[in-house]
Amino acid sequence: MVRISSVRKCFGAVEVLKGISLDVPVGGVVCVVGPSGSGKSTLLRCVNRLETIDSGRIWVDGDLIGYAERDGRLHHLSPAALSRQKQDIGMVFQRFHLFPHRTALENVMEGPVVVRGVPKDKARTRAMELLERVGLADRAGHYPAQLSGGQQQRVAIARSLAMDPKLMLFDEPTSALDPELVQEVLAVMRDLAASGMTMMVVTHEMGFAREVGDDLIFIDGGVVVERGNPREVLAAPRHERFRAFLGQVL
Amino acid sequence: MTKTPGAPGTSAAAQEPDLPIDAIRPPRPGRWIAALVAGFVLVWLAYTIIVNENLHWDVIVAYLGDGRVLGGLWVTIQLTVLSMAIGLALGVLAAVMQLSGSAVLRGASALYTWFFRGTPLLVQLIFWFNIGLVFPTFGIGVPFDGPKLFQWQANELITPFTAALLGLGINEGAYMAEIVRAGIRSVDPGQREAAESLGMSHRQVLRRVVLPQAMRVIVPPTGNQFISMLKTTSMVSVIAGAELLTVSQRIYLGNFEVIAMLIVASIWYMVLTTIASVGQHFLEKRFERGHHALPARIRRNLRPFGRGNA
Repeated sequence: MVRISSVRKCFGAVEVLKGISLDVPVGGVVCVVGPSGSGKSTLLRCVNRLETIDSGRIWVDGDLIGYAERDGRLHHLSPAALSRQKQDIGMVFQRFHLFPHRTALENVMEGPVVVRGVPKDKARTRAMELLERVGLADRAGHYPAQLSGGQQQRVAIARSLAMDPKLMLFDEPTSALDPELVQEVLAVMRDLAASGMTMMVVTHEMGFAREVGDDLIFIDGGVVVERGNPREVLAAPRHERFRAFLGQVL
Repeated sequence: MTKTPGAPGTSAAAQEPDLPIDAIRPPRPGRWIAALVAGFVLVWLAYTIIVNENLHWDVIVAYLGDGRVLGGLWVTIQLTVLSMAIGLALGVLAAVMQLSGSAVLRGASALYTWFFRGTPLLVQLIFWFNIGLVFPTFGIGVPFDGPKLFQWQANELITPFTAALLGLGINEGAYMAEIVRAGIRSVDPGQREAAESLGMSHRQVLRRVVLPQAMRVIVPPTGNQFISMLKTTSMVSVIAGAELLTVSQRIYLGNFEVIAMLIVASIWYMVLTTIASVGQHFLEKRFERGHHALPARIRRNLRPFGRGNA
């Protein structure tokens, strides 16, 4: 579903991604971990082109992200084509970024109604189903500021799902939450993984990675240091840097 | 820990003592004296105004409903609403240009605000009124002296009213541009990212997500500009704009009731600004939607089956 090939990315003089390659199969769940500033969030943001890359290639579902290849040369995609690519990629942010001037229900309806032109009553029915799925049907009329962090994040997941994405990206979805609210969000993500959604998850939740992840990638200093089956690598980390990192987060 | 008689212990809630707070406030002699002085000054001011025979209250009352005054009032309202509408449209355009990726668009917008904020409004009004001296004709057609499809004489197009609209509207746009720009910049960049991630185009992001949130920041100063504009329209009197002040001046040139007519105009200006302030209050409440978390949440939780919007 996702193929990332030799991706490099600089912010000014600092190279945050120094040639990263990885594959996510259809229905696979890849957890990306690493110390802060290691480039793991940047990598995720490159996949749905919130950041542009300096070299390398990223494909999602066979489509090259950001460019079209014609006559052996790359051409920048038009803004409309870029938007179309993003419709198929759901993104969940660390700080939720729900639209504060719209209710939970309106937040979930916004994408289908505005982007896809779905009729309002149809979008409402579907949005209610999604809110039901994340356990928030009774909060449909609430504004984001009236919801807890965990509830806001679950609405944000429902908002992304409303676009029927092929791929879901999670950028530290539980890092801004109070500890007792983390599990309700992870439960929704666990359900989503079980339903066969392809997911890339940047996280510090090793328990979630061990339980749900098909693959675990440890990034440090802009390169992939360790990768493998999460249950195996977490039980027996091969690299010293990964071992040190686990010592700090576990 | 010292034991205090009556302090709450580990007993059940039913046995908790009731401890009302019925405290006495300390005296505030400074505040009392200040209030007394202010009250005295107010009464004295009111007295001097009421007993003053030079103010001609009967004339003021008689002219408040005068047809010419009401006509001027209507022109003032029209000028204010229309030039604010022009100003808002130009302001949004200039603000969006200012935030664009193109240096030419940013430069054009910066030049606009720089020029129209840099010259006095009075000068601009007189300039627009006399634009015919610079451009005797206006036309639609091929630029750079090419053939024209339509052509008008400046003298026919530029009435005091259109000159006033141009002057006030374009000047206002320069100030509104800064207000709108500040509003757009106040919106969390994460909002734009979330909207883009749903696949919205730049236009949709701006219209559906950024501008509605920017309105919270834009509305209060815009209300301020509107109230200011109600009175700025009086500057149009230098080009005989037929608005409230011009009309009042024409009347006092005939009946010599200078002060009375100025008070008539002032009373109407105050009525307009009061109405505008009330309108601003309701508009602000409208755009505060979703930003009063706690009271609404508490209210809803108190309702047994509460749903829907607060």
